[in-house]
Amino acid sequence: MTPLLSVQGITKTYGAHIGCADVSFDLYPGEVMGIVGESGSGKSTLLNCMAGHLVPDAGQVVFDTRSDGPRDTVTMSEPERRMLGRTDWAFVHQHARDGLRMGVSAGGNVGERLMAVGDRHYGDIRDKATDWLERVEIHASRVDDRPTTFSGGMQQRLQIARNLVTGPRLVFMDEPTGGLDVSVQARLLDLLRGLVRDMGLSAIIVTHDLAVVRLLADRLMVMKSGHVVETGLTDQVLDDPQHAYSQLLVSSVLQV
Amino acid sequence: MIDLRDVSKTFTLHNQGSAVIEVITGASFQVAAGECVALTGASGAGKSTLMRMIYGNYLTQSGTIRIGDVDIVGAQPREVITLRREVLGYVSQFLRVVPRVPTLEVVAEPLRAVGVSAEAAEDRARTLLRQLNIPERLWSLSPTTFSGGEQQRVNIARGFAHAYPAMLLDEPTASLDATNREVVLSLIEDAKARGAAIIGIFHDEAARTRVCDREIDVSCFASRVAA
Repeated sequence: MTPLLSVQGITKTYGAHIGCADVSFDLYPGEVMGIVGESGSGKSTLLNCMAGHLVPDAGQVVFDTRSDGPRDTVTMSEPERRMLGRTDWAFVHQHARDGLRMGVSAGGNVGERLMAVGDRHYGDIRDKATDWLERVEIHASRVDDRPTTFSGGMQQRLQIARNLVTGPRLVFMDEPTGGLDVSVQARLLDLLRGLVRDMGLSAIIVTHDLAVVRLLADRLMVMKSGHVVETGLTDQVLDDPQHAYSQLLVSSVLQV
Repeated sequence: MIDLRDVSKTFTLHNQGSAVIEVITGASFQVAAGECVALTGASGAGKSTLMRMIYGNYLTQSGTIRIGDVDIVGAQPREVITLRREVLGYVSQFLRVVPRVPTLEVVAEPLRAVGVSAEAAEDRARTLLRQLNIPERLWSLSPTTFSGGEQQRVNIARGFAHAYPAMLLDEPTASLDATNREVVLSLIEDAKARGAAIIGIFHDEAARTRVCDREIDVSCFASRVAA
C-alpha cells in the first residue's frame, strides 16, 4: 500500500533555534496520528511545515495525489499546493477565528469551500451547507447567522464543517479541542471519531491532551525540543512509554 | 494460533533513578485454535503484563509473539491495528469509551469496524446485551454512567461481538453475579467451540476448571530478582 503522506527529514530552524529537526514518518490511508509534547516542543512548527504554511529548511512532504500519484508538496508550485489546500487537505486551526471568515454567514463559510472547487448552483450549495451544519450539530436555523454570534464550541464545529465539506482525504488539526470546556470537547471528539470512520479520513492531530489522543489517534509521536523522542501505537506509548520524557509526560497527567 | 517464544520484558523507570525491573524472562508457550489456557500465579507475577504484551499494549524486549502469521514484536502500528480489528480480541477489566456514545453503538462498533452493516451489527449487539441482562431502557444511554458490574458486562458484550479467532480475557467473571457469570462462561465455551484460541486470567477457580484446558504458571517466567 502507498502511504498517503510520506514525510522525510523535515527540519525547520528559526535562526539558531531549532523548530523541528529531521522528522520522518509515513501515514497510511485511514490512519490517525497524534503528535504530543509540551508547548514549544515543535509540534505546531512540524504541522505547519507539512501543511505548506511554513517552508521547511530541508526535507520532503510527499503526498499521494489523486491525479499524479506521490508528489513532493514542498517543491510543487504554489497554485498546485493551494489547490490541494482547497480539495484533498483540510486544516483545523486551534482558534476557530483563524479558520473562519467572521464577517460572512455560517452557510457562506461552508459554501465558500464548495465554490472554490467549482460548485455554482446556489440552491445546491445552500443545501449542502445546511446538511453539514446539522452534521456538526448546529441547528439549520443558524445558517444565515454570522460566526461572531456563535459560542466558541459552535465556531469550532463550524470550522470543522467548512473544512470537511469538500471531502478531504487528509486533515491537519492543531489543538482542535483546546480552550473548549469538557462537555463540548466530548461532543467534538465523538463527532470527529465518527467522521474519521465514516469518511475514511486520515488525520494528523497536534495536541497536548493525552486523553484526546487516546480516543482519537491510532499512532502517537512524542516530541521534545524539536526532536521526535518516541513513536508507536497510541496505547503502547501511553501505557508503556520507553523514553524518559514520555514517561514524565504520561506520569504528569492529573487524575480526575 | 498464539505462539510465544523466549519472550522477555523489563521496565526501565527513567525518572525514578533509572530503576530496571525485570518482569518476565524466557516465556514460551503455544495456544492452539479451540483451546483455552489460563495464566496463573500470585498477584504481581506478571499475568496481566504478559497478556498486555500479547496484545501489543506493552512493548516486548526480546523473543517473538506470533498471532496467526503476524509477529507482534516489532510489528508496525498499522499491522497491530489490523490484527486487533480482525483477529485478536481483548476483554479488559475496564471499559474505555468516548463519552456520549450509546451502549448499543459501543457494543456494535467492533463489528462495524470489520465492515458488517449497521443493521446486522446492532442485531448482534441487541442479542448480546439481552443475554447479559442489560435492561433495554439503558441501551440508548452512554455506559459511562452505568454501575461497575453493568460496565463490565457491556465490555464483555463488546468483546464478544466479533468472532475473533484469538481472544485475551482479563478476569471476565470478576464482580459478576451467578446468573451473569454463567452467561459469560457459556460465551467462552461457544467461542472455544467455534475454534477461538483463548488466553484468560481467572481468579474464580471454579470458572477456571470449567472452561480452561490447561494452566500456565506465570511465576516460572518471573525473573528471580524481581521485586
